[in-house]
Amino acid sequence: MSSDTATPMNVADLSATLKRAAADGRSLGVSGAGTKLEQGADPTSRDLMISTSNMTRVLEHAAGDLVVTAQAGVPLAALQEQVASAGQWLALDPPEAGATVGGVVAAAASGPRRLLYGTPRDLLIGVTVVLADGTVAKSGGKVVKNVAGYDLGKLFTGSFGTLGVIAECTFRLHPLPVARRVITSTVEEPAIAARKVLATGAVPSAIEWDGQTLVTVIESIESACGAQAADVVAAVGGDVSNQLPPGFGQRPASPVLLKVTHRLGALRDALTAVSSRLPGSAVRAHAASGVVWVGADDLTQLDSLRGRAAELDGGVVVVRAPAEMKAAVDVWGPARGIDVMRRIKDQFDPDRRMSPGRFVGGI
Amino acid sequence: MLEQLIADCVRDLPPGQVITDHAQLRTYECDGLSSYRCIPGLVILAESSADVAYVVGKCAEYGVPFIARGSGTGLSGGALPRTDGVLIVTSRMNRIVSVDSGDERAVVEPGVINAHLTKAALPHGYYYAPDPSSQQVCSLGGNVAENSGGAHCLKYGFTAHHVTGLEVVMPDGSTERFGGLAPDPVGYDVVGALVGSEGTLGVVTEVTVRLVRTPEAVQTVLAGFRSIDDAGTAVSKIIAAGVLPAAVELMDALAIEAAEAAVHPGYPAGAGAVLVAELDGPPSEVDAQLADVERLCQEAGAFEIRVAADEVERALIWKGRKSAFAAVGRISPDYIVQDGVIPRTALSTVLRAIENVAAEAGVRVANVFHAGDGNLHPLVLFDESKGETERAEEVSNRIIDLCLQHGGSITGEHGVGHDKKLHMGKMFNEIDLDVMQLVRCAFDPAGICNPGKIFPTPRLCGERPGRAQGVHPLTEAGIADVF
Repeated sequence: MSSDTATPMNVADLSATLKRAAADGRSLGVSGAGTKLEQGADPTSRDLMISTSNMTRVLEHAAGDLVVTAQAGVPLAALQEQVASAGQWLALDPPEAGATVGGVVAAAASGPRRLLYGTPRDLLIGVTVVLADGTVAKSGGKVVKNVAGYDLGKLFTGSFGTLGVIAECTFRLHPLPVARRVITSTVEEPAIAARKVLATGAVPSAIEWDGQTLVTVIESIESACGAQAADVVAAVGGDVSNQLPPGFGQRPASPVLLKVTHRLGALRDALTAVSSRLPGSAVRAHAASGVVWVGADDLTQLDSLRGRAAELDGGVVVVRAPAEMKAAVDVWGPARGIDVMRRIKDQFDPDRRMSPGRFVGGI
Repeated sequence: MLEQLIADCVRDLPPGQVITDHAQLRTYECDGLSSYRCIPGLVILAESSADVAYVVGKCAEYGVPFIARGSGTGLSGGALPRTDGVLIVTSRMNRIVSVDSGDERAVVEPGVINAHLTKAALPHGYYYAPDPSSQQVCSLGGNVAENSGGAHCLKYGFTAHHVTGLEVVMPDGSTERFGGLAPDPVGYDVVGALVGSEGTLGVVTEVTVRLVRTPEAVQTVLAGFRSIDDAGTAVSKIIAAGVLPAAVELMDALAIEAAEAAVHPGYPAGAGAVLVAELDGPPSEVDAQLADVERLCQEAGAFEIRVAADEVERALIWKGRKSAFAAVGRISPDYIVQDGVIPRTALSTVLRAIENVAAEAGVRVANVFHAGDGNLHPLVLFDESKGETERAEEVSNRIIDLCLQHGGSITGEHGVGHDKKLHMGKMFNEIDLDVMQLVRCAFDPAGICNPGKIFPTPRLCGERPGRAQGVHPLTEAGIADVF
């Protein structure tokens, strides 16, 4: 979908841009680095793309408080580099290279270490947003603990540009672990093995399954890493290294990428559901987090897989697929509480100009 | 309209669930913040989500406001009733529906007591992490409404981080489910929006929460300092060193005095402040962090450091801390519990400023707080019978202003409720507050769900502030161009 692009420099500029677009009744898309534009349904209309590519300032890093505020267009990698100088990091590790912090929040993007640290919703403590009519609003704050007012940050996290534009984000940071052990284990039953790893009392930052090996990552202080790694090896076997394996956290590169979710106790069922319908497909699982990434060639098994995932309390999202395949399906699947979600959309974007049609239920 | 609703409820619900007697209604006139009182028009003791749906449906039909309440331990007047409204009490909905260690989830009704859930999960090797000081009596429905915190939130996060699914009776009487057992439900994070909405978006009738594996090792350290300044320095050093304790709590001399009078925790004699730090996780990590914390406390001037040798000693250390609010009743006839947040680096500065404010006003302030995340709970002591109330309130308000001046928040865990809505305008501008209320309008366009809480000025749904609506009257009259 081609469209004009606006590249505002800051919140005021962004607000003015959106006011002008509102006056002209133009429909809008939002992008950071554009690494996740393919996610969601194709919008029904986009007259103007709002790019945050010029909003690249880290506004404040309060190192002593482990808090950072950044404009939405700051690349996550650049933010990590800056806060690493104080021995800290924003505990998010989504795989998309070049992704901006605003994009990571808007798409609720996560990676293997969600096991220990959670997802963007858990680390975003304040947000400034601009609505479709140019209204600027903030919620949350710059302290890690705060319950004043509604938490708009939660609503905007994972909203895929359909409620407004995320302009600035404040995050809670964590101390950067100083040591690491990676235990690579060849196991028959990843679900059972992952439970055994957790039963040792170790606190891994990630447990990943790639179809053949279970990779357990321990990140802490040196002495604690060694002891936990030994416990993990005793439980499930494996080789210990300091290095993450090549392609760690990457997802299958096939034409179609599916995200299958399930209740945590149902990893085995979820993997069986995938392998019986899509034999030989590439699989990457956050093995203790309830998320399986599946590579496929087409979407012929989507409905069937969705039926089974629903029985596991989860769902299947089509994250990537060729345009003609995407157009023929509902990429999101059913959403619990969709009527309420529509009412939220109606309040924030009554004219339906923000990424129309991209989100669940045609929102 | 309320009379009609009462008649319907008396007709349709079992007599034991409908309270209309004035003396009985009176027992529900306040929550944990007893300075605000109001006798509700009707109290319904709900026993199921169907009961809640029935009552809320009636409220919607007759346009009668309603307020949900769990154990009534809230400290911001969030469950303050209305004479023209219905109070829906969920305490009888206290069934633990399921505890599943494989899924690491529990499903509970809203009246389940926080500590009871942990008790039910412990045999599975799990517990429920958020632990407000009132955990022995507060309900999970109330925890969801307030996004309750607690001492261990420093490492494990607040209620919002632990709720994955909700069943909610919407203000129109319909029942909706959001989220569930699995992660990343598609669509907007409605669960995230509901947690901490202080009962203004609907009535939660079932809660799905994460359970956390019980840590292999736990160490609790008690350090005595000559001054609160030294103790504050120790906290800053611990955080800056990259140690992430499960909890870091501070109490000053006055709070220690109160705790000793009430529960005799045996804190170090002559301490100007005590620091309680808890470390949990794999033993190898805990041992190393314990050594770090001991060293950093010593560097900051601790004159006595004790490590709890067993569960009994650990419980005693925590007893002193968790009973501190109530204990203050031993040394003062009346007190206000404040709940402000500051950046952790501002700890010493703000504590000194509080001391000055208190001294100027001639009022005593005891400090108890979650130091690790900058959440202060100054207890402003006064004697109403001596006419000190106004002065104490003035001091309490100035403490909030100090928190805001240092970039903090007006509430870290007690909520805005009825008590702090006038402070909201100091933290957010009118547009921020209007945009927040768009959420309210999506859930409760009629404005009957716990109205009058959180927001200083309720917005009428349908208005669109900040948006040009037609032609401005001045322009229309030819008097002026607006832009």
